Amino acid sequence: MTDSTASRPTPSLGGGSRSAALIAKGLARRRAAEKRFRAYGLVAILLALGFLILLLGTIFGNGYSAFSQTHMRLNIEFAQDILDPDGTGDPKILAQGDYQALAKAALRKAFPDVKTRREKRSLYQLVSGDAAYELQRMVLADPSLVGQTRAVWLTASDEIDMLQKGNVATDQPESQRRIKDNELAWVTALDKQGAIERKFNTRFFTGGDSRDPEIAGVWGAVVGSFFTLTVTLVLAFPLGVMAALYLEEFAPKNRWTNLVEVNINNLAAVPSIVFGLLGLAVFLNFLHLPRSAPIVGGIVLALMTLPTVIIAARASLQAVPPSIREAALGIGASKLQTVTDHVLPLAMPGVLTGTIIGMARALGESAPLLMIGMVAFIVDIPKSPFDPATVLPVQVYLWADSPERAFLERTSAAIIVLLAFLIVMNLSAIILRKKFERRW
Amino acid sequence: MQHVVLVLVLLGLTYAGYQMGRRRAVTVSADRGEGLHSLPGYYGLYLVIWCALPAFALLGIWLAFETSIVTYLAIDALPADRRILTPAQLSLLINDIRNIAAGDIASGKADATIRAAAERYQSLETASFAAMAVISIAVAAVGIALGRRRIAPALRARNSVERTIMGFLFAASVIAVITTIGIVLSLVFEAARFFEQVPITEFLFGLQWSPQIALREDQVASAGAFGAVPIFAGTALISAIALAVAVPVGLLSAIYMAEYASSRVRSFAKPALEILAGIPTVVYGFFAALTIAPLLRDTGADFGLSIASESALAAGLVMGIMIIPFVSSLSDDVITAVPQALREGSYGLGATQSETILRVVLPAALPGIVGSILLAASRAIGETMIVVMAAGLTAKLTANPFEAVTTVTVQIVTLLVGDQEFDSPKTLAAFALGLALFVVTLCLNVIAFRVVQKYREIYD
Repeated sequence: MTDSTASRPTPSLGGGSRSAALIAKGLARRRAAEKRFRAYGLVAILLALGFLILLLGTIFGNGYSAFSQTHMRLNIEFAQDILDPDGTGDPKILAQGDYQALAKAALRKAFPDVKTRREKRSLYQLVSGDAAYELQRMVLADPSLVGQTRAVWLTASDEIDMLQKGNVATDQPESQRRIKDNELAWVTALDKQGAIERKFNTRFFTGGDSRDPEIAGVWGAVVGSFFTLTVTLVLAFPLGVMAALYLEEFAPKNRWTNLVEVNINNLAAVPSIVFGLLGLAVFLNFLHLPRSAPIVGGIVLALMTLPTVIIAARASLQAVPPSIREAALGIGASKLQTVTDHVLPLAMPGVLTGTIIGMARALGESAPLLMIGMVAFIVDIPKSPFDPATVLPVQVYLWADSPERAFLERTSAAIIVLLAFLIVMNLSAIILRKKFERRW
Repeated sequence: MQHVVLVLVLLGLTYAGYQMGRRRAVTVSADRGEGLHSLPGYYGLYLVIWCALPAFALLGIWLAFETSIVTYLAIDALPADRRILTPAQLSLLINDIRNIAAGDIASGKADATIRAAAERYQSLETASFAAMAVISIAVAAVGIALGRRRIAPALRARNSVERTIMGFLFAASVIAVITTIGIVLSLVFEAARFFEQVPITEFLFGLQWSPQIALREDQVASAGAFGAVPIFAGTALISAIALAVAVPVGLLSAIYMAEYASSRVRSFAKPALEILAGIPTVVYGFFAALTIAPLLRDTGADFGLSIASESALAAGLVMGIMIIPFVSSLSDDVITAVPQALREGSYGLGATQSETILRVVLPAALPGIVGSILLAASRAIGETMIVVMAAGLTAKLTANPFEAVTTVTVQIVTLLVGDQEFDSPKTLAAFALGLALFVVTLCLNVIAFRVVQKYREIYD
């Protein structure tokens, strides 16, 4: 309100027209202020949403291309004298063959005019370092290939992949590019023959981590996340529900209960990295549990998620009307029977929703896991919760630190995978709530 | 694998115990012609408690101590000259022995004593497992037998089962307290070891922070490099930038959603804002380092400003985006909770809607809003991944948002990720920083909860 209207006492009839004029004078300004204020609010919301869209847009824009991978067709001669000179057909001997040489020979044959050592070396860089293993797998799967010549699609190196995806500025002077003119010419030549193609990147979804971006995959991290979250769920869900049941249904109202409640609320707001410090000091240094293992990560995340689960479970227990309890007690059920047979089943949808949301938070959490060594570079897919592993968000962190341009794309793609999991979890929580929500 | 089998066997026994207890109760009551005190199922559960509780407790204790005892015995059997080692060498040796015993690395490279130790380790492990299996199964069986003898129609099975369950429920509720105690103890304990080596006054008031140098004792700076003031200042700077973004945006969004927006807009905008809180922080960190920081650097360069690529501004801005929902969500709740009568009174006096909001609704909701801002601040101070990925590593005492500063959480991560030596002040410093972080965020949270609660008392 402006001063002119606020400070004056209600005018008598005589002064009415004067104050009405004053009000009318200020009205335009006040209406404009009203509009401005409203616009500020709208701008704030749009700003926040704009950030969200920019964030998601950047990630998707950078990441979607990682779902395809450049491959290169080469005529590979599975030379008998390189792979199996004695013609034994023994898989052990076949496994030790120099498959790198096969790929190199095929490249030399494709570009016969490459002569100097230096040029040859950069020519060999066109295919991924993994090409040898791809050829090895092919031969081991089908030993009859030995002695034949086949056109084989091999994974291209990450630099060629980036070039094909338009991430290399070819108009820059040669000295500022990682891909030199001669490499460009080779790639163009292969491209003209139709020997370069982008295929769906299955490796990304089935492979473990790697130093070579073109063969690095998220599967190891997904499995690590799965084991970690399983441990978290197995611990946090029953303990959380039990604690909520005790506090909500049985606990006497005294100072101790009050302390526990305050404590749970505070624990929910403790920075996650502090839980990591707890895990490091207690589980690794004191109890000597294995480093980098999902079991420890799961325990730490369970302690972190527990308050969330307890708070959600208590809220949904509270929502069950007392008449249900009274009816059960009235027909002779004990207090525990009332709770386990009537109250808890009715509260379960809410409890589950809260648990899923807590799990989603745990899935995206990485700071405490850095503390307990789940940041190691791990190529193998973990087989149990005791194996060294990493989790999806930590994989994102690790890849984000890598200098190769191709890892930028992989990082974004890993984020997309992570977000996809989060969306699925949150959607299921919403559906659960919509479907089973009861109003009493 | 064999442990899983053992657990399955015990579970099988437990199930058998349940059935046995049920049946026993029914037959006993039929034989004696007396009615049972509880439902037959409770007698089953009664036996389950007798069978499973001691057996699994034994299993847990055994597993907790097995590794260290077996290791001790294996090391004890080594020739004397191999035992005189520094702790680091010893742990390396133990690792070798364990790896060979587990068959993870080829034993060909190891020397004979280690191989012998590994064999001993393996046989000890096998023996230990066998003993554990036999004893735990025996305990379970004895438990069933003892419990079964006690089953009688007059036995108050339900009461004792419920008492046990209640004990478990109580224990579960105590875990949160134990966690807090664990956090406090581990932080205080390690921090105390740090303050033995570095005086607390220096940590709190020193202006120089260079923990990496302190490992080399010949360096001049090694004694005076643990002053945490630049780190606290950096944390405060980044958090302040974050709040400068989040408070206006969050508060105005909350006001718009609570007072102006139609229910359709609201039902769309509120969850959309909450998405910001659901996105993992590592994604924000990546976004800050990849998009915002270069953007700021280039824009700054266009205007002739030199903005570091790890500037406090980039990290603070993105962190501000992250905490928008923390401000908006709680503020929205408290604004909605202001009684409608207050607004109508204000309209009745001729105030416009914005005048009502600014002079009536906001003052009434102020405690809640302050609470939400405090919670957001505590979030910002404790946030790790964004600053680890987007803020600097070197501690610099500056208030210039264009320079790179470091924060408490960044330092904790850099000090603890990688090689660790648990008696060097470098590693222990992380715990001292952790303690400071814990205390500050705890204070903020407690004040915030207090403020919010006080508000509720007035308007409920």
